[in-house]
Amino acid sequence: MNAVIQLEDIHKVYHTGEVDVHAVRGVSAAIQTGEFVAIMGASGSGKSTLMNIIGCLDRATRGRYLLDGTDVSQLDRDDLADIRNEKIGFVFQGFNLLSRTSALENVELPMLYVHRHLPGREQRERALRALETVGLAERADHHPNQLSGGQQQRVAIARALVNQPALLLADEPTGNLDSQTSIEIMGVFQTLNQQGITIVMVTHELDIARYAKRNVIMRDGRIVSDVPVSDRLQAETELRRLRDAQQAVQLTV
Amino acid sequence: MMRIWATIKIAGRALRRNKLRTLLTMLGMIIGVGAVIAMVGIGNGAKAQIESQIASMGQNVIIVFSGSMTRSGIHTGWGGAGTLTIEDSEAIVREIPGVTVISPEIMSTAQVAAGNQNWFTRILGEGPDYFDIRQWPVVTGSPFTPQDVRGANKVAVVGQTIADQLYPGEDPLGQIVRVKNVPFIIVGVLKAKGLSVQGQDQDDLIIIPYTSAMKRVQRVTTLRTILVQAARPTLLNPVQQQIIELLRQRHKITPGKDDDFTVRNQQEIADMATAQSKTMTLLLGAIAGVSLVVGGIGIMNIMLVSVTERTREIGIRMAIGARGRDILLQFLIEAVTLSVIGGVVGIGAGVGVSQLLAAKMSWPTLISSTSVVYAFFFSAAVGIFFGFYPARKASRLDPIDALRYE
Ligand SMILES: Nc1ncnc2c1ncn2[C@@H]1O[C@H](COP(=O)(O)OP(=O)(O)O)[C@@H](O)[C@H]1O
Ligand SMILES: [Mg+2]
Repeated sequence: MNAVIQLEDIHKVYHTGEVDVHAVRGVSAAIQTGEFVAIMGASGSGKSTLMNIIGCLDRATRGRYLLDGTDVSQLDRDDLADIRNEKIGFVFQGFNLLSRTSALENVELPMLYVHRHLPGREQRERALRALETVGLAERADHHPNQLSGGQQQRVAIARALVNQPALLLADEPTGNLDSQTSIEIMGVFQTLNQQGITIVMVTHELDIARYAKRNVIMRDGRIVSDVPVSDRLQAETELRRLRDAQQAVQLTV
Repeated sequence: MMRIWATIKIAGRALRRNKLRTLLTMLGMIIGVGAVIAMVGIGNGAKAQIESQIASMGQNVIIVFSGSMTRSGIHTGWGGAGTLTIEDSEAIVREIPGVTVISPEIMSTAQVAAGNQNWFTRILGEGPDYFDIRQWPVVTGSPFTPQDVRGANKVAVVGQTIADQLYPGEDPLGQIVRVKNVPFIIVGVLKAKGLSVQGQDQDDLIIIPYTSAMKRVQRVTTLRTILVQAARPTLLNPVQQQIIELLRQRHKITPGKDDDFTVRNQQEIADMATAQSKTMTLLLGAIAGVSLVVGGIGIMNIMLVSVTERTREIGIRMAIGARGRDILLQFLIEAVTLSVIGGVVGIGAGVGVSQLLAAKMSWPTLISSTSVVYAFFFSAAVGIFFGFYPARKASRLDPIDALRYE
């Protein structure tokens, strides 16, 4: 068995204030190399909590999580930081870019914390290549406040990719984007997935989930459905259809 | 492993982002370090001057004071009739083998006049060996002689200030100076010495034979002090002891009674003076040090604000793989950059201020390279000390909490 992610009875309880919030209540799942999984569910169903655990940003209260065969629950803070740096690329709903810092420098950031340090020139080259991958090379010197939401999310994806992780995690990556930009981002994900990167993303939009290969639905901290996507959408096709429709509108006006 | 250089660049960028704040925080350090450098410079300058002044007292000198001195150094019976006589001084040379030369001494201040010029100055009655003991050469003319002392002759050696004030543009040699209306012929002019640490003009004095001072000027029969020079440094203590015994015997002081005189050797006087100047340096340094601590607290304050403001940034860095140590280092380097740049500018300011003091107010200042080096490393240490707590606070943040921080 070569599951990238192996979750065994994962629980997460938040102890805040007087009541304990049981956000994840016994999730077990395995995600293989090369998969593209969309986790769906209503707001508050525990998707982000689970993603943070998968992304080694947070720890499970109970249960076992094997990442590439290693039991993550046994690792200390520094080891988790190294895993986040080397094995996982994380894309947030709110982009989480450093402001007043150019796109290129934002993308270079993860290489700063790599153990085998690269020379500065090589860092720049790799960062530029990552920006090319997401189609944003010509905006390398722009600062986040000079970029649109979709462009900022591309920078965030480039940053997640720059250390060549095997796993890309995204928590509502299209949550702050309009529908066309969302499809464009899905296009980037599908291309990356074709290149062999395993992707897990959270979304509450049904049509966005259809770009993935497998849909997991959560409710109240549990997985209630786990099915392959039968009528999968291709971003390229959808984008073309959208453009044609827009042109038609323009012609009639 | 250590990504120091990249981290320094991040710190530099963060500091440049808030220029005014950075400047104000550094100002605290600049003032602190500058004050330390200037104060220690003033203290060291004073110390050096005292040392050179003590060296100018001559070598292996023992001073016998009239009257007793308490342990704290306070002279009692200073104003009363003196207890030392010319016979005492003669007995010291005659009976103590380790003594090479002596100079009986008597001091006063008096109005002096030359032509229509008037001047108020110090009058020293001395022996002819005074100039040797004090290593204070007569540069024009010559010192008075033993015959002048024996005859209580009306001859005088004057300091440079007297020569300048009473005989501007003239040759003072052979001129008459009236000391309390007694006319003295000037036979020599002393080498100029300049100001003392206390700011006194050391060249503002007239030296006459002690016999002349006693008989003609002050009309007293006792001496104020006797300068004694021992042949070798090792003889200082035995000679001092012998002087005490001799004088007790001569003054008929029974055992158990206090001396009516005080004997101090040069080393003791030097020690006292350097102890005083050390205390002064320490005090000045400590006062300045307080402002350095205040500067450090300023750094800590700003770093704490900075950590709070940049919680999200810390969260982002941690999320993409920064370890706690990377964050710690980033903020520590930021604090140290603040303190070290502030320190370096402060060193410059301190050196500038003390040179200004030296030039404009003729205060002796002395900036040693060690105090500069100390100041540099101390300011780095201030950065580390006061930066550590905020940096550690940053490094211990939880990535998730930090990312969620608004
Ligand atoms: N840091 C936290 N402290 C306390 N409760 C939390 C925290 N994060 C999430 N929760 C709670 O856990 C539950 C699941 O939240 P979350 O994982 O964010 O859901 P989703 O991403 O599916 O909307 C919610 O009830 C939420 O209020
Ligand atoms: Mg969520």
